[in-house]
Amino acid sequence: MNFTAPVLNYALLAPMLIVLAGALVGVLIEAFAPRASRHNSQLFVTIASLVIALSALLRVRKQVSVSAAMGSITFDGAGVLFQASILVIAILSVFLIADQENFTALPAAVPGSDEERHSLQTDMRVTEVYPLTLFAVAGMLLFPLSSDLITLFVALEMLSLPLYLMAGLSRRRRLLSQEAALKYFLLGAFSSAFFLFGVAYLYGYSGSITFSGIQASIVGGSGNDVFLLLGIAFISVGLLFKVGAVPFHAWSPDVYQGAPTAITGFMAAATKVAAFGAILRIFYVAFANAEWQWKPALILISIVTMVFGSVVAISQRDVKRMLAYSSIAHAGFLLAGVIALSKSGLEASIFYLFAYGIATVGAFGIVTLVRDSAGEVTDLNRWSGLGKRSPLIASAFAFFLLAFAGIPLTSGFIGKFSIFSAAYESGSTAVLIAGVLSSAIAAFFYIRVIVLMFFKDPVEDGTSVVIPSGLTTTTIAVTSVITLVLGIYPAPLINFIASSAFFIR
Amino acid sequence: MNALTTMMLLPVIGSILVAVIPSDQVLRIKQAALGTTLLVAISGVLAWIKFDSSNTALQFVESAKWIPSFGINYAVGVDGLAIVLILMSVLLAPIVVLAGWNESEGGRWSPKVFYILLLVLETMMIGVFAASDVFLFYVFFEAMLIPVYFLIGGFGTGERAAAAVKFLLYSLFGGLLMLASIIGLYVISGANGGHTFDITRLSELHMHMSSMTQNLLFLGFFIAFAIKAPLWPLHTWLPDAAAASTPGTSVLLLGVLDKVGTFGMIRFCLALFPDASKTFTPMILVLAVISIIYGAFLAIGARDIKRLIAYTSISHFGFITMGIFAMTSQGMSGATLYMFNHGFSTAALFLVAGWMQSRRGSSTIADFGGLQRVTPVMAWTFFIAGMSSLALPGLSSFVSEFLVLVGTYTRYPVAAVIATFGIVLAALYILIPVQKALHGPTTPGNENLSDLNLREKIAIAPVIAIIVALGFYPSPLLNVINPASAHVLEVQGFTDPVPSESAGK
Repeated sequence: MNFTAPVLNYALLAPMLIVLAGALVGVLIEAFAPRASRHNSQLFVTIASLVIALSALLRVRKQVSVSAAMGSITFDGAGVLFQASILVIAILSVFLIADQENFTALPAAVPGSDEERHSLQTDMRVTEVYPLTLFAVAGMLLFPLSSDLITLFVALEMLSLPLYLMAGLSRRRRLLSQEAALKYFLLGAFSSAFFLFGVAYLYGYSGSITFSGIQASIVGGSGNDVFLLLGIAFISVGLLFKVGAVPFHAWSPDVYQGAPTAITGFMAAATKVAAFGAILRIFYVAFANAEWQWKPALILISIVTMVFGSVVAISQRDVKRMLAYSSIAHAGFLLAGVIALSKSGLEASIFYLFAYGIATVGAFGIVTLVRDSAGEVTDLNRWSGLGKRSPLIASAFAFFLLAFAGIPLTSGFIGKFSIFSAAYESGSTAVLIAGVLSSAIAAFFYIRVIVLMFFKDPVEDGTSVVIPSGLTTTTIAVTSVITLVLGIYPAPLINFIASSAFFIR
Repeated sequence: MNALTTMMLLPVIGSILVAVIPSDQVLRIKQAALGTTLLVAISGVLAWIKFDSSNTALQFVESAKWIPSFGINYAVGVDGLAIVLILMSVLLAPIVVLAGWNESEGGRWSPKVFYILLLVLETMMIGVFAASDVFLFYVFFEAMLIPVYFLIGGFGTGERAAAAVKFLLYSLFGGLLMLASIIGLYVISGANGGHTFDITRLSELHMHMSSMTQNLLFLGFFIAFAIKAPLWPLHTWLPDAAAASTPGTSVLLLGVLDKVGTFGMIRFCLALFPDASKTFTPMILVLAVISIIYGAFLAIGARDIKRLIAYTSISHFGFITMGIFAMTSQGMSGATLYMFNHGFSTAALFLVAGWMQSRRGSSTIADFGGLQRVTPVMAWTFFIAGMSSLALPGLSSFVSEFLVLVGTYTRYPVAAVIATFGIVLAALYILIPVQKALHGPTTPGNENLSDLNLREKIAIAPVIAIIVALGFYPSPLLNVINPASAHVLEVQGFTDPVPSESAGK
C-alpha cells in the first residue's frame, strides 16, 4: 500500500494556519512569559494573528478550489465571506475580551476556596482566554469550509471545546458560570454524538463522506432512503444545536447568562456565522437534491424556532437571557435562508449573519458596561433610567435593539427584508407569515427595554455605566456605525456578496 | 436640485444645526428650529405654485439607484394628492413650533432633543408623501414611528410611556403586515419582468395576480393603513396617544401622520389592487360608517378635551375613508380636501386645547366655564375651530364633507345617509364642550386665566385664515386635487355612476 503525501494549498489555508499559529504562540506565552507581561503580549498576538489572517484571506478572495486540502476543504466565494465575517467579528469581540474585569483570576480555583480568595487578593490575571479564543476562531474558520463529514466533525469539536471552557471563566457568580459551562459541554457532547451517528448513516447510505459524494448518491438514487433520512436528521440535530434552534435550544439561555458577557457576545455572533455557514454548505451542496425530504421538517423547525424565541423572550427579566431568546428567534429567521435553497437565499443569509453578528457584539459590549460594585448588572429592572444616566450608551443599545427588531434604517431591516423575500420567492409562504408575525411579537420586548431605559426613572441602587475603555469604545462605535451604514446604504456590501456568494461542489 | 429632495434635506440640516448649538442656549435652538421649518414651508409653497395641475403624471421626479440588486431606488415624485398633503405638512410644522414654544421644556430631556426629533420627523413626513418607490415609502413609514415614539414618551404628560408604547406596537404590527405584502409584490414583480418597487410598474402587476393573492396583499396594506388612519376597530391607540402627547405632537400625529394611512389607501390600495379594492369596498364602507358614528358617540361622551378631539378625528377619518372607497371623483376629491382641512381644524383645536390646559392645569372639560368672558380671543379661536370641525358652511370642512357625502351618495346611498347622522352628532360633540367651557358664567378657577399672547396669536392666525379662506374659496386646492383624483380613478377603470355636475366650485 502506497502512502501519498497530502497536497495542501497553503495560500488558501493560510488564514486558518495563521490563527492556529497565533494560538500556539499564545500557549507558549502562557507557559513561559512572566505573569505581568502576559496580558499585553497575548492581546497583541491575538489581534495581530486575526488581522494578518484577514489580510491573507483577502489576498486569495478571488480564488476557488475544491482541493485546498485533498478535497476536505472547499475554498469558494461563500467560504471567503463566512471566514471574513468570522474574523471581523472575532477582532471586535477580542476588544471586549481585553477588558479583564470580566474574567476570573484563577479559573482552576474552586469557587469560595482560599485559593480563590488569594488569587483575588494578589490581583492575579490569567490570560488563557486569548489562545482559547484563537483556537475557537480557527475551528470556526474551518467549519463553513469543510466539505467532508469528518473534517466537519473535527471543526465542530475544535470550535466547541474552547467555547465550553470559556463559558466557565466568569469572574462573578462563578458557580452559575461553571454550571453553564458544564451544561453546554454535556449537551454539546450529546449533540456531537448525534452528529457522528448521522455521519455513520450517511456513509452507509452513500459509501462516501464527502459532500459531493453524498450529493452524487442522492442524484443516483440507488441507496437506501431510510439511511439518508436518518443521516440528514441526525446531522441536522448536531448542527441545529450549535445555532440554538428549537427544540435544541435549551442550553442557550443558561450559557448566555452564565458566560462572561464578552464571551457571550463572541459566541452568539461568531458561532452563528460559522454554524450557519456549515449548515448552508451541507444543505446547499450535499442535500440539495433531497430537498423534499428535509424541507418540510426544516420549515417546521424554522417557524417553531422564531415563534418560540419571540414569545418566551417577552417574559425574561434578565438582559442576557432576553438576548439569548432573541438569538433563538433570529436562528429561526436565518433558517428561512436555508429553506430558500437559492442564490438569493444564500446572499440574504450571509448579509443577515454579518449584520446580526455585528449588532450582537455591539449589544453585548454595552451589557459589559452596566455595572454596580459587585459586577455587571443584567437584571432588566435595574436598567431603568439608563437613558438618564448615560444617554449615549443607552441610545446605542436602543439602536441595536431596533436593529434586532428590523426597523428601517438599520442593518436588521435590510437583512430581514432580503431573507424573507428569498424564502417567499422559493414558495415558503408560511415562513414569511410566521416571520412577520413573530417579528411583531419580538418588537414588543425590544421596545420594553427601550421604555425601561428612557421612560422610567433611575433606581438608586448603585447601578452605573462605567466609562468604557478605549477598546470597548472602539467596538461599540464600529458596530454602531456598521449597523447604521448597512441600514442606509447597504448596496456596496450587497453587491459584493452577490458577486461572490456561491458554493462549488 | 429637486424641490422634494431639497425639502427633505432642509430639516436634516436644521437638525444638525440644532444639535451643534449648546443645550443651554434654548432660545437659539428654538429659533433655529423655527427658521428651518419656515424655510421648508416657503419651499413647500413654492413647489405648490410651480406644480402643474393640468399634468396628471408625477412631477418633481427624481430617481437614483439605492440598492440596485433588489431594484430599490431613491425615487420621489408627487401628484396632485401628494403635493397637497406635503403642503399641509410643511405649513403645520412652523405653526407647531411657534405655538408650542414652551412645550419642549418640561419634558424628560432637553428641548434640544425635542427639536431634533421634530425636524427629523418633518423630513420623514415629506418623504412618506413624496416617495414613488414602495420600499422607500415603507422605510419612511416605519422610521417615522421612532421620533414620534420619543416625542410622546419623552415630552408628553400623564401616561405618556404607556401611550407611546401602545402607539408604536399598533403601528409596528400594521407595518409588518405591510412588509409581508411588499415582499409579496417584490417576488411577483420578479416573476414578471424583473424586481422593482416602482409604483407605476407595480400598478400594472395586478393583472398577473390571482384574486386570492391580490386580496391577501391588499389586506396587508389596508390593515396597516387602517391602523394608521385609524379606523374602527383599530383605533384604540389614538385617544391615548393624543391625550398623552404635547399639543404640537398631537397636531402632527393626527394632522399629518394619520393622513399617511388615508393617503396610502389611495396611493397603494387602490392603485396596486383595484380588483381587491372593489371586493373589499362594502366591508370597508361598513367600517367607515361605524367609525363615523362610533367616533362621534365617543366624542360626545368624552370628558377630556384632548380625547374629545381624538374621537372626533376617528369620526372624520371615517368620512375620509368613505370618500376614498366610494370610488367617485367627487368622493376622492372630497376625501383629499378633507385630509387637508382636517389637518388645520384639528391643529387649531389641539393648539387651543393645549393653551387652555397649560393655563388651567387641567384638560377636563368640566373644569372650564365662561372662558368667553375671561379670554375672549382664545374662546373665539376655539369656537371657529370647532365650527370647522362640525363642517359649518362657510368654513373649509364643509366643502370637503359635502363632496364626500355627494360622492358617496351617487354610488352607495345607504352609507351616505347613515353617515349624514354623523353631522348631526358632530353638532352635539362640538356644541356641548363649547357651551360648557366657553359660555355661561365663569366658574371658579377660571377667573384669572390670561388670554392668548402675541406669539400664540401669530401662530393660530394662519390656521384660522386658511380655515375661513378655503371655506369660501377652495378652488386653489381643488384645481390641483380634481385632475389628480380623476386620474387615479381613470387609471384603475372606475367611472362615476351618473354624470353629475361638478360640485364645490
